[in-house]
Amino acid sequence: MSALGRVVRAGVGRRRVQTLVMTLTTLMAVTASVLALGLLVASRAPFDHAFAAQKGAHLTGQFDGKKATAAQIAATAHVPGVTAAAGPFRSVSLSLRTGSDAGEMSGITLPPLTVVGRKDAGGPVDDVDIVDGHWITGPGQIVLSSDYEGPPVEPGTRFQVMDLPGHPTLTLVGYARSVGHSADGWVSPAQVGALTAAGTAPQYQMLYRFASAGTRAQVAAGRSAIVAAVPAGALSGSQSYLTVKLQADGSTAAFVPFVLAFGVLGLVMSVLIVGTVVSGAVGAGRRRIGILKSLGFTPAQVARAYVGQALIPASLGTVLGVVLGNLLAVPLLAEASDAYNAGSLTVAPWVDVAVAAGALGVVLVTALVPALRAGRLRTAEAISVGRAAHATRGLGAQRLVGRLPLPRALSLGLAHPFARPARTATTATAVVFGAVAVTFAFGLATTLQGIQEGINRGESGAVVVPTGAPGSGPVRIAAPGSSAPEPADPAAVAAAIKAQPATRAFYGTGRTQLSVAGISGATTVVGYQGDESWATYPVISGRWLKGPGEAVVNTRFLQAAGIGVGDSITLTGGGHTTSVRIVGEVFNTHEEGMEVLTGLSTLTRAGFDVSVGEFHVDLRPGTGVAGYLKALNTALEPTGAEAFANDGGGNSTTIAMMDALIASLTLMLVTVAGLGVLNTVVLDTRERVHDLGVFKALGMAPRQTVAMVLTSVAGTGLVAGVIGVPAGVAVHRWIVPAMGHSIGTNMPPEVLAVYHLPGLVLLGLGGLVIAVAGALLPAGWAARTRTATALRTE
Amino acid sequence: MSTPVIDIRDVSKKYDEGPPALADLSLAVRAGEALAVLGPSGSGKSTLLNLVAGLDRPSAGSVTVDGLRVDELSEAGSAKYRRTRIGMVFQFFNLLDDLTVTDNITLPAQLAGLPRAEVRVRAAELLEALGIARHARAYPGRLSGGERQRVAVARALMNRPALLLADEPTGALDTASGEDVRNLLAELNADGQTILLVTHDLALAESCATRTIELVDGRIVSDVAAVAR
Repeated sequence: MSALGRVVRAGVGRRRVQTLVMTLTTLMAVTASVLALGLLVASRAPFDHAFAAQKGAHLTGQFDGKKATAAQIAATAHVPGVTAAAGPFRSVSLSLRTGSDAGEMSGITLPPLTVVGRKDAGGPVDDVDIVDGHWITGPGQIVLSSDYEGPPVEPGTRFQVMDLPGHPTLTLVGYARSVGHSADGWVSPAQVGALTAAGTAPQYQMLYRFASAGTRAQVAAGRSAIVAAVPAGALSGSQSYLTVKLQADGSTAAFVPFVLAFGVLGLVMSVLIVGTVVSGAVGAGRRRIGILKSLGFTPAQVARAYVGQALIPASLGTVLGVVLGNLLAVPLLAEASDAYNAGSLTVAPWVDVAVAAGALGVVLVTALVPALRAGRLRTAEAISVGRAAHATRGLGAQRLVGRLPLPRALSLGLAHPFARPARTATTATAVVFGAVAVTFAFGLATTLQGIQEGINRGESGAVVVPTGAPGSGPVRIAAPGSSAPEPADPAAVAAAIKAQPATRAFYGTGRTQLSVAGISGATTVVGYQGDESWATYPVISGRWLKGPGEAVVNTRFLQAAGIGVGDSITLTGGGHTTSVRIVGEVFNTHEEGMEVLTGLSTLTRAGFDVSVGEFHVDLRPGTGVAGYLKALNTALEPTGAEAFANDGGGNSTTIAMMDALIASLTLMLVTVAGLGVLNTVVLDTRERVHDLGVFKALGMAPRQTVAMVLTSVAGTGLVAGVIGVPAGVAVHRWIVPAMGHSIGTNMPPEVLAVYHLPGLVLLGLGGLVIAVAGALLPAGWAARTRTATALRTE
Repeated sequence: MSTPVIDIRDVSKKYDEGPPALADLSLAVRAGEALAVLGPSGSGKSTLLNLVAGLDRPSAGSVTVDGLRVDELSEAGSAKYRRTRIGMVFQFFNLLDDLTVTDNITLPAQLAGLPRAEVRVRAAELLEALGIARHARAYPGRLSGGERQRVAVARALMNRPALLLADEPTGALDTASGEDVRNLLAELNADGQTILLVTHDLALAESCATRTIELVDGRIVSDVAAVAR
């Protein structure tokens, strides 16, 4: 081993605490960074690749043929900003039922489909892939989208079109995949006319690619240009590819903002701690540096020796961090893998390389500054025996603090930070980041709990009563040999619930699948009946339902449809159509945020076949669920319905995974912050060991020594906590909405307002706890230092 | 005859392998005595001082100071002992550079938890008595060597110790300052302060010690009472 290698190895071995601190700090920063960047890339890559290959439509427009001619619609292809377009294609919403040749799947009515007439699968936009069978070769054929959620039937299966008289037949000839979800099915252009009910206005679809479509604003700008190019109201609906992308990315994307935040916190802490450790090593090793130089080491070799002492533990931490980051990513990426049937997704190798190189680069640069200072030290000056120059800073503070009515050991400790302001600032910053992490993690966990409660609003009430109506709640299975039970009469069930004295409030919900203009696929529409005021979803903007003709939806739906609160949407199904006005944006993540909530009467008046499938019952305080169920089930017996205790919807696996990840990352950051304090106090203790000897020679007891050392960081910790808490709140305010946006929803104010004064005070003390915990070990060492040895130390 | 302030019996001290630093040493120092310990480097002078100060423990034997078995004290007990029974003066002063002269002097009393008013009065008294009152608010770095040693002595006397330990108190001083400190220690002893002095400085021993012992290889080779001072 070279002389330089030996010096580096000896330095690493001698400073075990600092080596451990640097290893763990880098480990934490690299783990969080690999995880964040890996998730970011892995969750987006499959969609991006497939979308680019298909020249997917940035915007899918649905036009009303009564308000614009096909020529006017075709002319939108030349609107500024549109780089490619396809269409107009005639489109129609259909209800299909599987024919008798579908075996076990026969007689099943499919959710409504948006079917588009296209001559071929290719084209300048939305070049769909045939995944099974073949493309349409003539009339009476249909190709279904592989993303369409219908029964698993093979090509060759025949469907009856239930919307048209005589129920004409379509034969399934294949499955195709449009990454941008432009349609649920395709038929020949001539076929669309035949499938459109008499007297129904023709609908057209246009597919666009824009020059700029990276953001919602850019897609919205393109949409506005198209709207301006056609008669008013002609664009009846539209779908942005960004919404489809959000659905495809799944909840994995929600992890990215907060993991990224932890990664940034970790990297900054790495810089601080590595800088402090190497600076401290240079400061404490002046004499050693002098000896090395007197032996012939060049300034460059000295600098390399000190950089090496930082790079060795940092490299170890980086390798371990890359491994840990990849391991933690496995369960999170499993979700994204499922979304694309893409096999198992892993963190891209270039992410591992980039993060590792970046982290080591940061460590290198951070260590280089004090290392170069070491290289420049004058040999004679460095080798001269004697203690490091005494600090001349903080004398005034020392004097002032000395006058406080405190035990002397405490006032000595309190004044200490002023003697080394730069080091104190570094320690404080490390603790600030720890306090930020704790505050942010607390807020995030509370927010996630609020989100879980919000999600579970759809499953409110201590008791549920399914009626057995199709599409709503559990379906009652017939006993072998008997006919399927009839659904219970909702009115009779409601009367029985109302008659129970312990019933405080109840409501019923009915579900159906309808088409919404501009949204591909069937949309689940939930109709409310009764008093649901106690179980409403958190409102983000606007208000909850008040009367008929109103609906509330999630942000993602608004974005998908390109509308806002106050706009109207058209619901179509079973030959019926109605328009509802969106009065509120609510936090409802069911059906990936694509659910429409409205009054049941709004649906039944429009003629949709939907009835209450499930009642949710809230009980009066003090009511026992078992006793209530017994009484209610007795009353329900004539109706055929049965009440059950509600399990509340359970807990989201994604939220549970987020909670676990937040806890792990926070623990790592807090540990690193504590280690940062430990490192500083170790440096201080070593530098002040002679003073400690004097104190002890004058009669300072071990307990007083511990108190002095702990107090020397307590003030810093307290101040850092006070700074870190508002910073953590700010990070929470920034990251939580970003998490929401990454999955396409805004956040309701109630899940953002999670901090309250008592909690903030306790969080503020977190900085103190981190600082004191970090200083405990070196305080013990200081107390145990032998006085005679300390007095001899120079 | 009064009870010895220092009573060392059959004390040996060994460090790892090698010859003992002290070998079966017995010594008694009575109240009011000023004992100078002389000897070449490595003779065991500093080891003896450390044992008496409770900074180290003997390998064998007992060390009793002011009626207290110093060799049996715990860490906390040793700290209390140093606060209340002894005062120490070092060759290189060991003043805390970031504390003023007054703050340095009052430190032992504050560590002992004495009332503030009492501490202030005692500090003023010592500053005056040792002729350093005008430096009360100064930092040690601005004082001469002799003045710093006076501050160190004042600090050592703060808690009215039964025993003053001085380790080469003139070793880092110029001739004039050394003379000054010699006179100071002689005056203190004349006022009844018991002193244990470790030194190479024969002039110091002659001018302020009432008794002189010489150590060689951890053993007392001479023990001489001063005729007059």
